[in-house]
Amino acid sequence: MTESGEPAMTVETSPIPATHDDDEGPTIHIVTTQAELDASERIAPAATRAAEPFEVADGEVVFELEGLSCYYGSFRAVRDVSLRIPRNRITAIIGPSGCGKSTLLRSFNRMNDLVDGASITGSIRYHGVDLYADGVDPVEVRRRIGMVFQKPNPFPKSIYDNVAFGPRVAGFRGDMDELVERSLHRAALWDDVKDKLKSPGTALSGGQQQRLCIARAIAVEPDVILMDEPCSALDPIATLKIEELMRELRESYTIVIVTHNMQQAARASDVTAFLTMAEDRAGHLVEMAPTDQLFTKPANRITEDYITGRFG
Amino acid sequence: MSASPGTLATREAVERRLRSGSSDVRGTVLEALLLLSLLIALGVLLILIADIVVRAIGVFTDRGTDFLGSALDARPDQAGILQGIIGSVLLTVLVAVLALPLGIGAAVYLEEYARDTWLSRLIRTNIRNLAGVPSIVYGLLGLAIFVSLVGIGNSLIAGGLTLAVLVLPIAVITASEALRAVPMSIREAAFGVGATRWETIRSHVVPYAAPGILTGTILSLGRAFGETAPLLMVGAIAGTFSSTAISDMLTGSYTALPVIVYDWSGKPQDEFRSLTAAAIVVLLLVILLVNATAILLRNRYDRKW
Repeated sequence: MTESGEPAMTVETSPIPATHDDDEGPTIHIVTTQAELDASERIAPAATRAAEPFEVADGEVVFELEGLSCYYGSFRAVRDVSLRIPRNRITAIIGPSGCGKSTLLRSFNRMNDLVDGASITGSIRYHGVDLYADGVDPVEVRRRIGMVFQKPNPFPKSIYDNVAFGPRVAGFRGDMDELVERSLHRAALWDDVKDKLKSPGTALSGGQQQRLCIARAIAVEPDVILMDEPCSALDPIATLKIEELMRELRESYTIVIVTHNMQQAARASDVTAFLTMAEDRAGHLVEMAPTDQLFTKPANRITEDYITGRFG
Repeated sequence: MSASPGTLATREAVERRLRSGSSDVRGTVLEALLLLSLLIALGVLLILIADIVVRAIGVFTDRGTDFLGSALDARPDQAGILQGIIGSVLLTVLVAVLALPLGIGAAVYLEEYARDTWLSRLIRTNIRNLAGVPSIVYGLLGLAIFVSLVGIGNSLIAGGLTLAVLVLPIAVITASEALRAVPMSIREAAFGVGATRWETIRSHVVPYAAPGILTGTILSLGRAFGETAPLLMVGAIAGTFSSTAISDMLTGSYTALPVIVYDWSGKPQDEFRSLTAAAIVVLLLVILLVNATAILLRNRYDRKW
């Protein structure tokens, strides 16, 4: 979980806001334990609902998580998440700050390997292959599962070199100029930068930098693009451009996006997974459903409280 | 705009308050004291330098470049510092060749490969401690290991090795700091497109840290250039090279600029006072030049993340 870009005011928010005692109508119990969580489900009574994988046809599954827990040392950041991510869809992961969204996302391409003391239990299967099995090369994993980060992080090199770096280390032998142009086109950045490919990527505006990072990610022709709050550092116009771009990219890629912004999830995603954390501060999956369903008819009380702004 | 009595009263009250600030006596006294400490520190330095330059000026006006180009000599009017310059330059080159690759390599390992364990933290702490060890101790170490144990003898190579060991911790620390200044997000970006650790380090981390590494290592070379005590321990004497062949310079008797300063300062003849001052001026100028290069490089390539 990266802490930097998220509004500080929500970081320490308790799962039980004090104001709830003053609310009209029935007292709302925000659950703090699994038992309470099960008991509180009034709309969908099935106690197993939260743990049940979102239905994705077998042939459409890109990621399948089973009982995934993520740890930093002895601290458990994510607890027992089971879900399926569908192909060529935009899956949004939402939830309050500190609930492990980013940690979960970073376990999808083994980015958490870079953090000392990070480990997982359970499994993540990618097209049926366990990503954490012995002999799986994390470098190859990241080549297929690209990533766009919270803060635009172009290399302090030319725009061209930013895009060309990935293909170069992957041993690309074709027409690099053409590949760079195509990647920039697909990231909707070509028209902005076609006359200054040699100028530094860091000189672009924030929104352009983030699109450059998307171009850099798709230049290695990945299968999946993970986006970790890609718009949190951008203004609303740049944000809309990225969201438009995501809808275009969905044709060719599977996209998983972590977002702090519920409107963004509602606008841009096809499927939404809602995570929250209990007293032990470990994030767990509350509900995963098609986005319009989750935002209009949430199956779980906690989800409803979250999307209507009662907490988080 | 007409002010009602109410707002007028408020305005007066505000103005009275804003203008009523009594002068901050304690603040002024403290400021004066701070300025005084700065002036004392600078003053001492200026007096030292002025004293040396005044003593040295005669040598440069009378002898000119002859002083720089002449060999050591017992006669003050003949003595020059050529061998000291050659010795110091050779020593610095040796240090650069020996200590810098090792220091940078160690820093890359510590920062990019080593996991954050108690052992790596212990090593880091001790490298910092090593950088603070008095240089005479490195001289004794060089004497025991390079001169006696390895059997290189009292030669310029032993001196270079000793100074390299002296500079090594400083090189590791400065290179580490430069590497650490490269943000994690840059490494993640490279890993994220499928680069290996080595590709990430070679293509991004080290190039972006290079200006910082360069600045730090140049400063550490400046340190080596000015060191005297360890060289005295490993046999640098104000002696002449046995011949002008480079191999003889490296393995035979040698000297260095600071060693000449030390030697001349102890000579009884009065003429050597001004010669010592002149040698010091040359030494200071070289170190100033080295440091200025480092600062220029840093300003030229400084990167804001």
